[in-house]
Amino acid sequence: MTTAGAKLTTKDFQSDQDIRWCPGCGDYSILANVQRVMPELGIPRENFVFVSGIGCSSRFPYYMNTYGMHTIHGRAPAFATGIKSSRPELSVWVVTGDGDGLSIGGNHLLHTIRRNVDIQILLFNNRVYGLTKGQYSPTSRLGMRTKSTPDGAIDYPIDPIAFALGAGATFVARTVDVNAPHLQEILRRAHAHRGTAFIEILQNCPVYNDDEWIELEDRKQRVESSLVLSDGRPLTWGPDDQRRGIRIEDGIPSVVAVGAEDPVAKGVAIHHERHETPAYAFALASLQRPEFPLPIGVFRAVEKPSYERALEQQVVDAVGKRGPGDLASLLHSGDTWTVEE
Amino acid sequence: MPSKPKESIERVAIRFCGDSGDGMQLTGTKFTESTALAGNDLSTLPDFPAEIRAPAGTLAGVSGFQIHFSSADIRTPADHPDVLVAFNPAALRANVDDVRPGGMVILNSDAFNKKSLQRAGYEDDPLPDIRERFRTLEIPITSLNREAVKGLGISSREGDRSKNFFALGLMFWLYNRPMEPTLRWLEGRFQGDVLEANTRVLKAGYAFGETTEIFPSSFVVNRAKIQPGTYRNITGNTALAWGVVAAATQMDHPVFLGAYPITPASDVLHEVARFRHFGVKTFQAEDEIAAISATIGASFAGHLAITTTSGPGMVLKQEALGLAVMTELPLVVVNIQRAGPSTGMPTKIEQTDLLMALHGRNGESPVPVVAAATPGDCFYTVLEAFRIAVTHMTPVIMLSDSYLANSAEPWLIPEIDSLRRTAIQHPTDAEGFAPYLRDPDTLARPWAVPGTPGLEHRLGGLSKQDRTGSVSYDPRNNERMVELRAEKVARIANDIPPVEIFGPDRGELLVVGWGGTHGAITSAVEEAQRDGRSVSSIHLRHLNPFPTNLRDVLGRFEQVLVPELNSGQLTSLLRAEFLTPAHVMSKVQGQPFLVEEIRERIDAMLDGKKD
Repeated sequence: MTTAGAKLTTKDFQSDQDIRWCPGCGDYSILANVQRVMPELGIPRENFVFVSGIGCSSRFPYYMNTYGMHTIHGRAPAFATGIKSSRPELSVWVVTGDGDGLSIGGNHLLHTIRRNVDIQILLFNNRVYGLTKGQYSPTSRLGMRTKSTPDGAIDYPIDPIAFALGAGATFVARTVDVNAPHLQEILRRAHAHRGTAFIEILQNCPVYNDDEWIELEDRKQRVESSLVLSDGRPLTWGPDDQRRGIRIEDGIPSVVAVGAEDPVAKGVAIHHERHETPAYAFALASLQRPEFPLPIGVFRAVEKPSYERALEQQVVDAVGKRGPGDLASLLHSGDTWTVEE
Repeated sequence: MPSKPKESIERVAIRFCGDSGDGMQLTGTKFTESTALAGNDLSTLPDFPAEIRAPAGTLAGVSGFQIHFSSADIRTPADHPDVLVAFNPAALRANVDDVRPGGMVILNSDAFNKKSLQRAGYEDDPLPDIRERFRTLEIPITSLNREAVKGLGISSREGDRSKNFFALGLMFWLYNRPMEPTLRWLEGRFQGDVLEANTRVLKAGYAFGETTEIFPSSFVVNRAKIQPGTYRNITGNTALAWGVVAAATQMDHPVFLGAYPITPASDVLHEVARFRHFGVKTFQAEDEIAAISATIGASFAGHLAITTTSGPGMVLKQEALGLAVMTELPLVVVNIQRAGPSTGMPTKIEQTDLLMALHGRNGESPVPVVAAATPGDCFYTVLEAFRIAVTHMTPVIMLSDSYLANSAEPWLIPEIDSLRRTAIQHPTDAEGFAPYLRDPDTLARPWAVPGTPGLEHRLGGLSKQDRTGSVSYDPRNNERMVELRAEKVARIANDIPPVEIFGPDRGELLVVGWGGTHGAITSAVEEAQRDGRSVSSIHLRHLNPFPTNLRDVLGRFEQVLVPELNSGQLTSLLRAEFLTPAHVMSKVQGQPFLVEEIRERIDAMLDGKKD
């Protein structure tokens, strides 16, 4: 039985396991959208591998009827690197969270992105630890009061997009759990990208950090609060009569009123995903609420050879240059001597 | 000019020592190669500081290389060198007390001045005392070397760097070793004036021996009577790396090796990285945890997967190793032990990680453990580790140590056809498939790999339901799975050879060893047997599970002695498992056992002095 020729449906990607996220968790929407997009990608189901670490988001592979590994805390990118490096033909997806990916697993996220392994990394950012019941996370806001920070968090948060850009990511995007069309489009783009595709998905935790992203999730509020990135289009947002734009001068962004005028004439920057330097994407990553709208979409998409292809090429080159390895000649290489009967 | 007379001797041990920048390891290696080609049995021991270049001329920076060669069987680098070649006062001070009384000490006399003596911590000139205790030959190696390279277009600093080859040439003459392999090596390595300088210096050292009046004769060590076949010289780490490559060919699967640089395991990564044309992929990870994690990922994907490390790295791998236990994926984890705890002495020798291998994880987490006994045995042991891993679907820990890793011995190159082949089956039939179905004999689960239609399944660290592998918190199921995993590992005992006894199969004393102490233990036991003492020995390759005949063997001897380079780890296992009143012989100095130490302890046990 192969699924290669058959037309796959969303149902083919649903496993028989009971889903155990809290009611109202943003993970449900993300799972449904992933299961919706998978059949469109033209890949046999048996070639998908979902890999996760530990945390609420990391239950994800159990619910996907594909190959999957629920591994240990923070290390999913390393497991995925091993899978993809040994079997480049597989489509490997990492599901992680802000605690799993940026706290205990920060090192692996950094190095996997740096190597540009051709995998997709979905980082669900709810700015809190859910599975351990509500401690602050590395993306929590300064001052956030939790069980472990009754007087407020005193460490500065990290921005996942800036982190990925700093690690040299070739594809960086942000999307929102309940924005189905946008989320699906970003998943498709991430899959099409060759190299590490890093996606921050803003995700609601209704139990420990409810409505953290309500400005981005609510249909009305998001018009004011989010800047939808579109390649080749000006950085503008807001209702038609109150359009505003982002100007970037000396790498520093500022807001300009545009209204009905031509944004370019007002000095608004045009979004470009393929700048050689990440400086522009960093400027976009610095746009934070409430001073600025929060950008969603693709921050950066550039081409660079991927790790597993380069590794595969070294094998091909070595065989081409030296012929397929022969164990007997290896064991007899260099100085040997023979003791006669 | 008539050649000098040649004196025949059975064996000799030489130690080269100098600053870590003096090229002592290279000198020793080249001398070893020629000795191997001369057909002697040999054993070597490099001993170097962890610092790449400690301050010149200080005790901390002394690097040494000992070679023991013989026309008879030998198994150790020798307790005491017969000849010491010391390049400076610090090297002399650090090593001279190991030299056999009345042995030979060859000094670079140019390096002995007030300043260098002070740096070495000598308050008075040590030479009068040395001359009294040893046959002391003071040779102005630095000036003779400069004389030899005169007229070449190299700096005096560059010229001085070749003085180790002067000493090498001299030792080639003194022990009638062929110079050709080293000359060939130089030609492949250097060009122009540097090649010319090294070649001249090597030959000058040789000629110096022939002409100087210091040496009235040279020595001949005849070929050893060893098993016929083709031999090469090999270190434990090279043998291990080649074993990894052999696994790829003998199991017909690509290999994935993930590792993070750590002394003394890095050489395995370096060596395996050269073999991409065998389809071998190496991955230098960002840390020890990533190294094993990527390796487990590769195993899930269907590769022969191995990660190599040393003690501190092994600690970091344990959580991921627990996942491999839970997911029942085949994996080899090599721990090339070094002196601990913590950073300890990274280049020094211990066997202190046996209990960590067995018990170092959370939960009930059984893992098979195998250990290599000699440098060449590292080749076979890693193959055995892979065989157990893929046959029984389990991670396997292989223990080596820094002594095996860096020591060299002649190795009988195996015929490829004689190497065991292991067939690996990946299921393809979706009918009746479940990820945790078990083979009725071994209890191994199927190794279904991504890309196989219909066998999609999820593995993970959460407690597994029997057969389906689904997440389960059922109390009885959890206990059953704990028992199944333990039983699976225990049944490996049916798939390993019985332990072999060296000597009579019953008697007064049994010496039990494991790992890199094989040479010293066997030599001591053999000596005692020759003197008529009732002693035998066994050496355990399989430490979990133990061979099935071990209980019976232990019971046939009145006393059991366990020499270990730790505080008694195997001893406690034997006591716990077999209620055997085993006595430990412990040494935790970062150095291997001396044969004479073990021999003394054997005699003491047999003479009724137990501790």
